[in-house]
Amino acid sequence: MQTRKKYIFLTFLASWLLLFFFGGDQLRRFAFFSGRKVEARRSWPRWTDRTLLRSFADPEELQRDGDPALLSPRERRAAWLSVYKTSRCRMETCFDFSRCERHGFKVFTYPQERGQPVSETYSKILSSIERSRYHTPNPEEACLFILSIDTLDRDHLSAQYVRNVDEKIRGFPLWNGGRNHLIFNLYSGTWPGYTGELGFDIGQAILAKASFDTQSFRPGFDISIPLFSKDHPQRGGDRGWLYQDSVPPKKKYLLVFKGKRYLTGIGSGTRNALHHIHNGKDIISLTTCKHGKDWEKHKDTRCDKDNVDYERFDYQELLHNSTFCIVPRGRRLGSFRFLEALQAACIPVLLSDGWELPFSEAIDWGKAAVVGSERLLLQIPSAVRCIHPERVLAFQQQTQFLWDAYFSSVDKIVHTTLEIIKDRLSPPRSRSRLLWNALPGGLLVLPDFSTHLGDFPFYYLQHGYSPSKKFTALIRVVSQAGSLSQPILRLIQAVSGSQYCAQIVVLWSCEKPPPPSGKWPQSAVPLTIIQGRRKLSDRFFPFEAIQTDAVLSLDEDTSLSTSEVDFAFSVWRSFPERIVGFPTQSHFWDPEQGRWGYTSKWTNELSIVLTAAAFYHRYYHSLFTEYLPAGLRELVDGLAACEDILMNVLVAAVTKLPPIKVTQRKQHKEGVAQPAECGDGAAGTPRPGQRSPPAPHSAPAKAKGTAGSRPFSRRQDCLNQLADWFGYMPLLSSQLRLDPVLYKDQVSVLRKKYPSLEKP
Amino acid sequence: IMCASAKYNARGPALIPRMKTKHRIYYITLFSIVLLGLIATGMFQFWPHSIESSNDWTVEKRSIHDVPVVKLPADSPIPERGDLSCRMHTCFDVYRCGFNPKNKIKVYIYSLKKFVDEYGTLVSNTISREYNELLTAISDSEFYTDDVSRACLFVPSIDVLNQNTLRIKETAQALAQLSRWDRGTNHLLFNMLPGGPPDYNTALDVPRDRALLAGGGFSTWTYRQGYDVSIPVYSPLSGEVDLPERGPGPRRYFILSSQMALHPEYRLELEALQAENGESVLILDKCTNLSDGVPADRKRCYKNQVFDYPQVLQESTFCVVLRGARLGQAVLSDVLQAGCVPVIIADSYILPFSEVLDWKRASVVIPEEKMPEMYSILQSIPQRQIEEMQRQARWFWEAYFRSMKAIALATLQIINDRIYPYAAISYEEWNDPPAVKWSSVSNPLFLPLIPPQSQGFTAVVLTYDRVESLFRVITEVSKVPSLSKLLVVWNNQNKNPPEDSLWPKIRVPLKVVRTAENKLSNRFFPYDEIETEAVLAIDDDIIMLTSDELQFGYEVWREFPDRLVGYPGRLHLWDHEMNKWKYESEWTNEVSMVLTGAAFYHKYFNYLYTYKMPGDIKNWVDAHMNCEDIAMNFLVANVTGKSVIKVTPRKKFKCPECTAIDGLSLDQTHMVERSECINKFASVFGTMPLKVVEHRADPVLYKDDFPEKLKSFPNIGSL
Repeated sequence: MQTRKKYIFLTFLASWLLLFFFGGDQLRRFAFFSGRKVEARRSWPRWTDRTLLRSFADPEELQRDGDPALLSPRERRAAWLSVYKTSRCRMETCFDFSRCERHGFKVFTYPQERGQPVSETYSKILSSIERSRYHTPNPEEACLFILSIDTLDRDHLSAQYVRNVDEKIRGFPLWNGGRNHLIFNLYSGTWPGYTGELGFDIGQAILAKASFDTQSFRPGFDISIPLFSKDHPQRGGDRGWLYQDSVPPKKKYLLVFKGKRYLTGIGSGTRNALHHIHNGKDIISLTTCKHGKDWEKHKDTRCDKDNVDYERFDYQELLHNSTFCIVPRGRRLGSFRFLEALQAACIPVLLSDGWELPFSEAIDWGKAAVVGSERLLLQIPSAVRCIHPERVLAFQQQTQFLWDAYFSSVDKIVHTTLEIIKDRLSPPRSRSRLLWNALPGGLLVLPDFSTHLGDFPFYYLQHGYSPSKKFTALIRVVSQAGSLSQPILRLIQAVSGSQYCAQIVVLWSCEKPPPPSGKWPQSAVPLTIIQGRRKLSDRFFPFEAIQTDAVLSLDEDTSLSTSEVDFAFSVWRSFPERIVGFPTQSHFWDPEQGRWGYTSKWTNELSIVLTAAAFYHRYYHSLFTEYLPAGLRELVDGLAACEDILMNVLVAAVTKLPPIKVTQRKQHKEGVAQPAECGDGAAGTPRPGQRSPPAPHSAPAKAKGTAGSRPFSRRQDCLNQLADWFGYMPLLSSQLRLDPVLYKDQVSVLRKKYPSLEKP
Repeated sequence: IMCASAKYNARGPALIPRMKTKHRIYYITLFSIVLLGLIATGMFQFWPHSIESSNDWTVEKRSIHDVPVVKLPADSPIPERGDLSCRMHTCFDVYRCGFNPKNKIKVYIYSLKKFVDEYGTLVSNTISREYNELLTAISDSEFYTDDVSRACLFVPSIDVLNQNTLRIKETAQALAQLSRWDRGTNHLLFNMLPGGPPDYNTALDVPRDRALLAGGGFSTWTYRQGYDVSIPVYSPLSGEVDLPERGPGPRRYFILSSQMALHPEYRLELEALQAENGESVLILDKCTNLSDGVPADRKRCYKNQVFDYPQVLQESTFCVVLRGARLGQAVLSDVLQAGCVPVIIADSYILPFSEVLDWKRASVVIPEEKMPEMYSILQSIPQRQIEEMQRQARWFWEAYFRSMKAIALATLQIINDRIYPYAAISYEEWNDPPAVKWSSVSNPLFLPLIPPQSQGFTAVVLTYDRVESLFRVITEVSKVPSLSKLLVVWNNQNKNPPEDSLWPKIRVPLKVVRTAENKLSNRFFPYDEIETEAVLAIDDDIIMLTSDELQFGYEVWREFPDRLVGYPGRLHLWDHEMNKWKYESEWTNEVSMVLTGAAFYHKYFNYLYTYKMPGDIKNWVDAHMNCEDIAMNFLVANVTGKSVIKVTPRKKFKCPECTAIDGLSLDQTHMVERSECINKFASVFGTMPLKVVEHRADPVLYKDDFPEKLKSFPNIGSL
């Protein structure tokens, strides 16, 4: 056996050698070897006289590009106004910026007229606008107007089609040719052409429309929105379905589609071809002929078999178990399945030529979807197979980020639309593409705060910045004592002792004027006193005085040592986007009451860090004051109980991460003696003792913040109201506490950097 | 079809068949003979001819005067005007581009001809210096093909960079007679100065039917988004003047205007700004009394002061770029080169390469009507951001403006990315300057997800032959509630693992994989058997960790799934005397690494360790049989930019009293070796990615005076 193999091989080798000695030259002349390679590769010639070539324009022409015969700039702009109207609208020709100057970006919604039917979806859109911080009830102040007439469904065969819109609009005194109006639309046109026809003249209004095609889209003016169903939640919204990051993606299918096959009419070209890529293994592409009443009239030979196959798979199951999902055009360019795939982390493979993708002005879809070409359907399987698994993972994560940031609720879709328009009003104060496409997303990044990435807590790692090395201590004082109390003196002493402390800011929230500067203790760092307005939410006002990235928020009766402050700050620098603090509390779902419960007892978990002693980024002051609607702050001030819960909820909603607890010595509040409340108490904080964890010697059951005591139940109410406003419970629990590396270890105290944290 | 992407070794090292030695030698000999034969054949086939054909491969050396002349009959066809509704899916023939593994389009350049009309008069200048440079760049690029039948994109050699230098009708006729013109489908024209008096159209007036236009000066009304490409107006000064990059920071002037022939209305507005804000605003104009021989384009004047242009641009923080008769201005290129932040005042202008470049990071766009507010708008920009914009401006010039080559390649890349969107260059690659690319990290696990607890973790035990100890580890680890599978990596090729019946009976599946070679990297292989995200790497002698300790470690990992979560921590220090890194295992107040003798991490890092470890680190570790844990710490820190998380007080894996047994000298060699590893890895990574922190994670109620039975993790071990 072995010998035979050897002989075969030797013969083979010998013939090879023969060929190589005698046949080589002939072989070379075979077409196999000749052909293109022997021919010259003709590249662009290196002209011998290329240095003598003249430039395309002489310097004079390039540097003096003026023509006195031309219209003056002002005349030109005036001329534009009359030329670039309707289908050629741009912001500079069809939008009146002067309306937005005095009162900023304010949005007015027309009052509902009686007897005017409004679809469920449109009323959700209207209420999203009313919930927005830009809403104004006063048309005088408004920069942008939104009709109360339901313009979502402009398919005149539809039951929700509103007639005589033109006539109604002309009756509105504010209409003004549509200037500064925003019109929402989900469906336009009808069988068979499904054109962009709306059935009324929008004039110079901005159109926010689903299934926008690139040709009728007015760039920089219109906004493409996604198609969403009438069940789309008003706020909050379901989270995405990606629970696991795996490489390579552990999904059963590579690519799936399940949907109708149009036998005739617009869009049928693409849908008719989809079955070609079905391989029954990792690519499932199923179509059914059953739709419309008369499908059997047009049915072809495939239909019966396809209809049977179609029933064998479940759409939801395919969505959950596939890496890529084909999102072809339907009759219109956009479809529900786009958002469905996005939520399911099934990377959309778009086959919808000429579709202006949703929010394309802001969103970089190349990071979350494969934009295919209808004409190249058959290349799709190999193209997606070749996408590197790491990139697949990045795509999947990006779908989840985008879903959660811009699409998961009607609120988010509408607010994104508004923010895009607002960004156009002042280009230098607008979000760069980077801010829109990186966590936590454009809605949570306020360009009015800063346009510099390093000023936000979110981009340190991506851009190689680091948070500032100093912090500002912000002490809120409510007590009424004529002179400064012992605790606050000690607190100032301890905080100013920290090498990282840049300054101390005292927020004086008391009717009485603060003691004169001579009464304040001398400290190594500057001390500023700000007169507060005696509202709880005031403590999170973005004070000019705070210039460092980190804020250490304190109550006047908080007791901290310098070591505690130093250690907590070193931890915060590792987690600048979170709240890092000392005393904590936690929330839980109470199934009996069917509501959120809240506890200040000692627990194995934590989800709220009290802002009586916590580090966080100063940007959260701006978010708290400017991003949250005034109603929520009023709620907090009204209940006089839960500004810290709101702050925790806000930060958790932004970061999707729990806060961090650090080591504290046993007690963080001074004694039980409570300083006298200043003023009538309505605006005061709840008593510290009720908010802090009980002293170690008292059993948990005897905690002072037990159910029944007023502030406690108010805080619980507040938590539930916040969850309701956000549409979900943003708080997340953590099971850990960060201690110094050698904390309570049996090693010499001399080795330890923070020995004082261990003292009882 | 072959993919360019990586292939997976689906089963891992365990299943590589081992041949019998005799056969192996036989096959190897045969194989080498065949290989030698092949090489010899190849040499014979190509050696002599490669000398012959080297002439064919060099490029032609001809004079432009020798270019063939083509006469255009007066009645030769003229293309339709440009179609404003054209988009890639309507006017572009994608079938010409095809699917190819490299995802590169092929670009053909027509050969150069001189076009004359019936009377023999030239239709245009044959070719300008810049257009020749552009075509040379395309020809030298990967996109180029000389095979017209394989081309996806056609570039005419007819130079239309400047509309003023050509005759419109005849140029159009010249385009129409190109061999593959076909209504201009897939043809790309480059134009920088469009329009002309009296109306100065913002796009090239030459009728061009469906051809794509790379134009410098589009307005939003002529630009076909997603079809045309907006390009810069090249400034020949880029090549002539060398402006060294100036560090970002405050400059002498705040706002500078250097353009000549500004419209008087603009000039008045600028002068009003100057009157209001004094010397920080400098408005230059042409010089009226220059001595002969001084080129007017290299000087600017303010009153009697003469300034060198473009050097003066480096003296200002912001430089105004106003529209002239056209929207696109060459001064933009000069301004960017000087690292001055352009203030662009040209309503409706489509900025160069705006499809991919994020101009908000490098410029300030101000509507013409807001010119009077320019000063206050610019003043509200934080200084740190200005510095970044200065850097960004310079980077845009270096990457996309500095030469015709840069402009040509960026244009082709943009078109390429439209045709192969799934292989497109990312926003970061287009926009981040090298300094940012270098100092930043892009965490591959960037989405904040807290993995569900129910998933559990897979324990991977690397073992050689310590069966008894291994069994104890298995028994201990199996007590951890969240363990979902146990994987034993049997690294001993000379000995079979114990029979099935001998293994401890545990409640979760236990799998044994055998490896082909005794390598440390086998511990970090992404075995298919690992189905959970969380991996617990554990040595076969780690028996001191309590079940609570391990379960708590897993819970901590869930909160930090993109980090290494381990028990004993270690530190790297800079040794000032030796001028190099030092490994520290003393019980310090800081940690920067955790030992992987027992550590939780995401399975993704196994994949990175196996396939993406930089340099030769992986082989080096296998060869030295040491430091695989340090390598893993480097890898994770480098890709995430985050520190490790040390959990619980645990400082050592061996029992404290055992230290005496380890000889002191042994301990020292160990330290020296580990220090070497750190220095080696730091040099391969080109940076020190490890992050030092002062904290460790303990259970919330750890050591608190609280009933132990109410604590979730009462049994946390000690040192």
